[in-house]
Amino acid sequence: MSKFRDIFRGRPKYVTVRSQSEEGQGSRRELPDGLWTKCEGCGTPIYHKDLAKNLFVCEKCGFHHQIGARDRIAQIVDDMDAFEEFDRELWPANPLQFPDYEKKTQADREKTGLSDAIMTGKGTVGGYPAVLIAFDFFFRGGSMGSVVGEKVTRAFERATEQRLPVIAFPASGGARMQEGIFSLMQMQKTAWAVETHSRAGLLYISVLTDPTLAGVYGSFAALGDIIIAEPKATVGFAGPSVITETIRRPIPPDLQSAETVFANGFIDRIVPRTELKAALTQLLRYHAPVHSQRV
Amino acid sequence: MNGVFEWEKPLVELERRIEELQAFTVKEGIDLSDEIATLERKAESLRRQIYASLTPWQRVMIARHKERPTTLDYIGLIFDEFFELHGDRAVREDAAMVGGIALLDGRPVTVIGPQKGRSTKENIRRNFGLPHPEGYRKAMRLMKQAEKFNRPVISLIDVVGAYPGIEAEERGQGVLIAESIRCMSALTVPTICVITGEGGSGGALAIGVGDRVLMLENAWYSVISPEMCAQILWRDTSRAAEAAKLLRLTAADLAEFGIVDEVIPEPLGGAHRDPEKVAAAMKEAIVRHLSALDGLSKDELLSARHEKYRKIGAYTVRTEDELVRLEEARAEAEAPGEEEVHTD
Repeated sequence: MSKFRDIFRGRPKYVTVRSQSEEGQGSRRELPDGLWTKCEGCGTPIYHKDLAKNLFVCEKCGFHHQIGARDRIAQIVDDMDAFEEFDRELWPANPLQFPDYEKKTQADREKTGLSDAIMTGKGTVGGYPAVLIAFDFFFRGGSMGSVVGEKVTRAFERATEQRLPVIAFPASGGARMQEGIFSLMQMQKTAWAVETHSRAGLLYISVLTDPTLAGVYGSFAALGDIIIAEPKATVGFAGPSVITETIRRPIPPDLQSAETVFANGFIDRIVPRTELKAALTQLLRYHAPVHSQRV
Repeated sequence: MNGVFEWEKPLVELERRIEELQAFTVKEGIDLSDEIATLERKAESLRRQIYASLTPWQRVMIARHKERPTTLDYIGLIFDEFFELHGDRAVREDAAMVGGIALLDGRPVTVIGPQKGRSTKENIRRNFGLPHPEGYRKAMRLMKQAEKFNRPVISLIDVVGAYPGIEAEERGQGVLIAESIRCMSALTVPTICVITGEGGSGGALAIGVGDRVLMLENAWYSVISPEMCAQILWRDTSRAAEAAKLLRLTAADLAEFGIVDEVIPEPLGGAHRDPEKVAAAMKEAIVRHLSALDGLSKDELLSARHEKYRKIGAYTVRTEDELVRLEEARAEAEAPGEEEVHTD
C-alpha cells in the first residue's frame, strides 16, 4: 500500500450532516436550501443544488468533486429504487487487533451510512442490466480490506453466474493498512474474480475515479476490458510522497493524472462525469449479445 | 563490530572472550578447558535467550542484514545448474529481477526472484533489488514459458516493494503488478513461493501467488513496510519497531493466519550465519511440496489454489435483523453487536 494520507481530504465543505429522516440514505447529499459552496477546483461559489444537479462537477472549471458510493450508483443506474444491493451484511472485523480500528470504522459508518468502503449490486444502465461496484473514498480513504475484497469478488462471481457485465468505480488509496496481510491478499482474490468473469466472455468496464492508487490500481482496477477515467483523476501505484522520498527530487505534478496515464497508454478514454452514463450505455449496447438481458 | 546488531553484542563479546582463551591455551600451553566450557555454556544460554525472544522489528532487521543470502546465493546453493535468462521482450532488461531455468535434483524448473546487490556498484545496477515494470514483465514471460514446457515455477521473494519512481509509474507499474498476480493465479504448473527476506506489499504479491507459500523464520511479509506504517500512524518513521509489532508481519503470524503454509527455520542469529544449512532446508521443503503437487491434475491444482485464496479474509456477518436494528441505532452511535469472525 502506498502512503496516501497526503491525498486524504476531509469531506468537502458543502457536505451537510444527514438529518434523522435521511438515515440509511447513505452519503447522498441532501442539502438544505440556500447553501452555497466553493468549488474545490476554481474557488467559485456555487449554489449547491446546481452543483448536485451537475453531478458534482463545477460548471465553471469542470472540477470533478469526489462523491460517495451511493451517489455514484445513483448517477449511473436508471432507477435507484430498483437497485438490488449485494452483501450488506458483510462488516469489517479486526483480525490484527489493530488499535482504534473499530472506532475508526464505526465513525466512518456513521459518516457514510455504509458498513465499509464499498457498495455493490445490480441495476440497469440505459436499460441494460449490469453489476455495479462503487467505492466510497469517505470511508477509510476507500481502502480495500477483507470486506471490500470480498464484496468485489462476490459481485464478479454473481455477474459470472448471471451472465452480466460489471462496471466498477474504484476510488481508493490502496489496500487497508489496519487489516495487514488480509488486505494484501484481496488483490489476488479480486484479480482472479475478474479473470473468471473474463473467461466467461463477459464485459468488465473499469472507471478510474479520483484517486485510484496502489493495491486497488494494482489489482482488479487495472484489469478492465475497457478502462475509462474521469478527468484529472489521480491514477497510479506508488503514492506521490513515497516517490518523492525515494528519488529525493520533486515529481512532475501531473505524473499520475488520468491525462498523463492516458498519454502513456494505460487508459482507453477519459470521459467527463456528465457524459459517463451515455458512454457506459453505448458500450453495454455493443456487448448486449453476450449478456443476459433479464433484470 | 561489522554486521552485528546491538542486541547481539553481549553474545559476540562472550564469543570473542572464548576465542581469546582458546588462543591463550594454545600459545601458553595452560589448560583452561574448564573456564572455556563454563563460558561456552553461558554463551549457549545467552544465545537462546537472545534469539528466542526476537521482536518483530529485530526480525525485520535480520531480514535486511547486509550479509543475508540473496536470491542468486540461494539459487547457487539449491539447484544443480542455473541458466539465467534476460529481458522482458518489450522495453529492457531489469537486473532487479532475475530468472531462468534451473535443475532441482536433475529436474528442470523455472526460478524467478528479485535480486539485491552486495556492493554499492552492484546495488546501483540492480536498483537495490527494486524491480521496475519490466522486471515483472520478465517474470511473467518466464512463468508462461515454464507453463509451456510444463516446468514447475519456484519464486524466491526478497523485495521491499516495486520501485516507487517516475519511470516505473510512466511505464504502468500498477498494471504490470495486476497482470502478474493474474498470470500467477492462472498458471497450470505447480508454483512454490518462498519468502526469503522481505515481502513488501504488492511488489511481493506480484510474484507471490503460489500453490504453496513458504517463509523463512526471520523473513517479513506485509501490506506495508513498518516505516511507512509508522509514518501514516504517527508521522514518525523512527517508530517503525512499534508498527512492525502491530502489522503481524512475522513468519509465525502469517502461519497462524494460514497465509503461509510452512515456516523454514533459520540458524540462531539468522540465515547469514549458515546459508548452506538454510538452503538445504529450503530445498528439502521445495522438493517435498513439489512431490505432493505432482500428484494433482491441472484442474485439481488450479481449483485447490483458487479455493485456498478465495477463503482469505476476515469479516463479520450480520443478520438482516441486526442490520435494521443497527441502522435504527446508528444515530446513537451504538456499538456493533456480537461478531462472528471468519479467519480462514
